[in-house]
Amino acid sequence: MASHSQSEKHEHITSYKTYFIVWAVLMVLTVITVYVSYVDFGALNIVIAMGVASIKAAAVALFFMHLKFEDSITWVFALFPLGLLFLLITMTFVDTFTRVVVP
Amino acid sequence: MAEAGAEQSHGHQLDPATEYSSSKLGMWLFLGTEILLFGGLFAAYAIFHARYPEMFFEQHLELYRTMGAINTCVLIFSSLTMAMGVSAIKRGKQKTAATLILITIVCGIIFGVVKYFEYSAKFEHHIYPDTSIFFSLYFLMTGLHMIHVFVGLGILGVIYVLTLKGKFNAKYNTPIELGGLYWHLVDLIWIYLFPLLYLVG
Repeated sequence: MASHSQSEKHEHITSYKTYFIVWAVLMVLTVITVYVSYVDFGALNIVIAMGVASIKAAAVALFFMHLKFEDSITWVFALFPLGLLFLLITMTFVDTFTRVVVP
Repeated sequence: MAEAGAEQSHGHQLDPATEYSSSKLGMWLFLGTEILLFGGLFAAYAIFHARYPEMFFEQHLELYRTMGAINTCVLIFSSLTMAMGVSAIKRGKQKTAATLILITIVCGIIFGVVKYFEYSAKFEHHIYPDTSIFFSLYFLMTGLHMIHVFVGLGILGVIYVLTLKGKFNAKYNTPIELGGLYWHLVDLIWIYLFPLLYLVG
């Protein structure tokens, strides 16, 4: 029977309790980000909003998506696209805002 | 994916452990392409926002923050039930897993209904994708996300039926886990869309 299991080494199963804690954190962060959006911090608003969103995204990826317990190759697969995304956005930025003639 | 699941692990060339880990790695690779698919739109958003900050700010006030916030909560809750569903099936609790997947599906439908009312309200105010660059991006980004929600609902629907039929158990549950990963990605993208479109503008 054991040979039919998808993983011989014992798999990590996250407890419901951990998931509830992560969920509670996500809800608190959602409330914070909505609340902060009503206060005018100028340019800081977008920084705060994106910062909170990134913490939430990290919580979802690490716990809900189980990334915290995956091997290093999965981490490479998960993080590599983020590097490409960073390149995509910064390069397009540099391009559009350094053009001499804007049609 | 579903076919390989249906016939359990018998008659396969790969051993189940290898099959499991390579399926999951393949899923992460696919999720990477999804992030880059949305990435193009995020790049467009960043550039037009930097170019026309006042216009973005003014027009984002047209969106209903409350509805966006409700949908955020609905989607985060659905992510919770999905994650719990994966834990349940890994403990061999088929009934619990099926129920949790069903709750996830219901949340996805609620999300769609709220979005439907939002879109109709926009159309009533004569706001269309060609109204401005902000609304063009709004409809494109949320629309593409909505398509992903529908695809996710389809996948979860199939998984729900298969779970009810007892196809998955503590030893074999790869499709549930991969379907869950997809659903979490849909949630993850919304986590960025919500503040970008509804809160900061």
